[in-house]
Amino acid sequence: MSRYFKAEIRENRPVHTVHNLLTLNVPLSMPEPRPGQFFMVEVNKGTDPLLKRAFSLFRKTAQGVQILYRIRGKGTEILKDMKEGSEIEVLGPLGTCYPLPSGDTIPLIIAGGIGIASVFSLVEQLSGRATVFYGARTKNDLLMHKELKGFAKEILVSTDDGSAGQKGTIADSLSAFLSRPQSPTPKYRIYACGPHPLLKIVSEIAREFKISANISMEEHMACGIGACLGCVVRTRDGYTRVCKEGPVFEAREIVW
Amino acid sequence: MTMDLSVRIGSLELKNPVMTASGTFGYGEEYAEFLDLSRLGAVVVKGLSLLPKEGNPPPRIVETASGMLNAIGLQNIGIQRFIDEKIPFLRTYDTKVIVNFFGDSIDEYVAAAERLSSVEGIHGLEMNISCPNKQAGWCIFGTDPRVTAQVVSAVRKATPLPLIVKLSPNVTDISLMAKVAEEAGADALSVINTLTGMVIDIKTRKPKLANRTGGLSGPAIKPVAVRMVYEVFKAVKVPVIGMGGIMHPDDAIEFLLAGATAVAVGTANFVNPRATIDILDGIMAYMKDEKVEDINLLRGAAHAI
Repeated sequence: MSRYFKAEIRENRPVHTVHNLLTLNVPLSMPEPRPGQFFMVEVNKGTDPLLKRAFSLFRKTAQGVQILYRIRGKGTEILKDMKEGSEIEVLGPLGTCYPLPSGDTIPLIIAGGIGIASVFSLVEQLSGRATVFYGARTKNDLLMHKELKGFAKEILVSTDDGSAGQKGTIADSLSAFLSRPQSPTPKYRIYACGPHPLLKIVSEIAREFKISANISMEEHMACGIGACLGCVVRTRDGYTRVCKEGPVFEAREIVW
Repeated sequence: MTMDLSVRIGSLELKNPVMTASGTFGYGEEYAEFLDLSRLGAVVVKGLSLLPKEGNPPPRIVETASGMLNAIGLQNIGIQRFIDEKIPFLRTYDTKVIVNFFGDSIDEYVAAAERLSSVEGIHGLEMNISCPNKQAGWCIFGTDPRVTAQVVSAVRKATPLPLIVKLSPNVTDISLMAKVAEEAGADALSVINTLTGMVIDIKTRKPKLANRTGGLSGPAIKPVAVRMVYEVFKAVKVPVIGMGGIMHPDDAIEFLLAGATAVAVGTANFVNPRATIDILDGIMAYMKDEKVEDINLLRGAAHAI
């Protein structure tokens, strides 16, 4: 029962025009969540919308579990108006986590847009070891950039309009980073979360440079616990559940 | 007050009328962490075929007002792996295991039923003749009364296990289909499977599901399901298992009053993994409040004018 519980909303505040940070007071019996895992969160006591919403673990702090979410539909529109002190049902932590890199490996972490929500706690856990490639549409869309600085070794920013960092995509800056002449070549491991087209390009770059990569996939989800078979992606083993065998997959397993 | 919750589905006695709807409860093990499976009247597992099926491409589900559409496409691990990997686990629980199954031809239905009949730990079979996510030709098993009669009687001869036939709501007259299945040898009828539906994305101007159409489930379909259980109850003598949008105990009781002997909880499992237990507890509380000593006294009570 410890992965299904009622959580009290401690805080639910805007951090951007369309993004909120939710802090949940969770019971002690909940297993410790690991970077890359997710929660199914009740957004509504009624039946429309009906299903819980899947959100990545953003951070686990002394305050509880934090979720960074984008307001973009019926469910999150209701969630954003929920007040401190209200209780909601939560399932989790669920799914696979990012496997930590060995001591001699340099972690390269790719965050595209709201993908930062999934990898932030990994950067935090790797305290000072990770090089982060952070991409967003504009400077204003770089959520939690300041907070991230405290945990990353370095952050390479790219924006679509060039309003911060490099103009272009993070795939371009990752590619440029890896193409620099280096001797000897360091051992890297890539971790990525973001839109599917970005994850596809990152997987191709990882293959080209022979680097292991873990990517976090997304698909419509009903149950979150492996029963409905709704959230599959195509892998070398056929259609595979994002909620159970994922959301974090070895990039080479995915058939794009 | 002593309360009798046990019900009979053919030769099968269930300790209570709360079952799981196929496809919403995995193979049982997915939910074992959240509830005691031994409290359930029966566990109905995800539909199986002789050989594994890959299912449909994603997106496979889309939410709708008070419901959801799914087009999973009957993805399953195949009967042999189910027997090897899932049955040993299910056998450790004190509940009835009902295996939902399907085939692509009458021969395949028969072969699947024969294979499942010799396995210890399987207490009943539920025939899926009504999945809305199969290709056009397939749905005749559940919509053409002559084909329904053929496939059900062929399976009837192939298995000594209690045989439940799951009916499609996507027909003009469900009581006719119910009578056909009963005459062909069904011991019980599951009413209803999902209703075929579609959602279109107005930005891409395409259906949201890769399969284009899917099966609608959830509270949105409950009044339709209750009406169909009511009609089927009048039409046949065999027990009816009512399902379709049961979220709360009150919903389950409505189905019993319409004529269901047992109920199956489906989409609610996705919303609340303990939904089956909450519904069972709620039914017991209702019986206590209403001073109903035997659950069978509720069956079809809505028919008495």
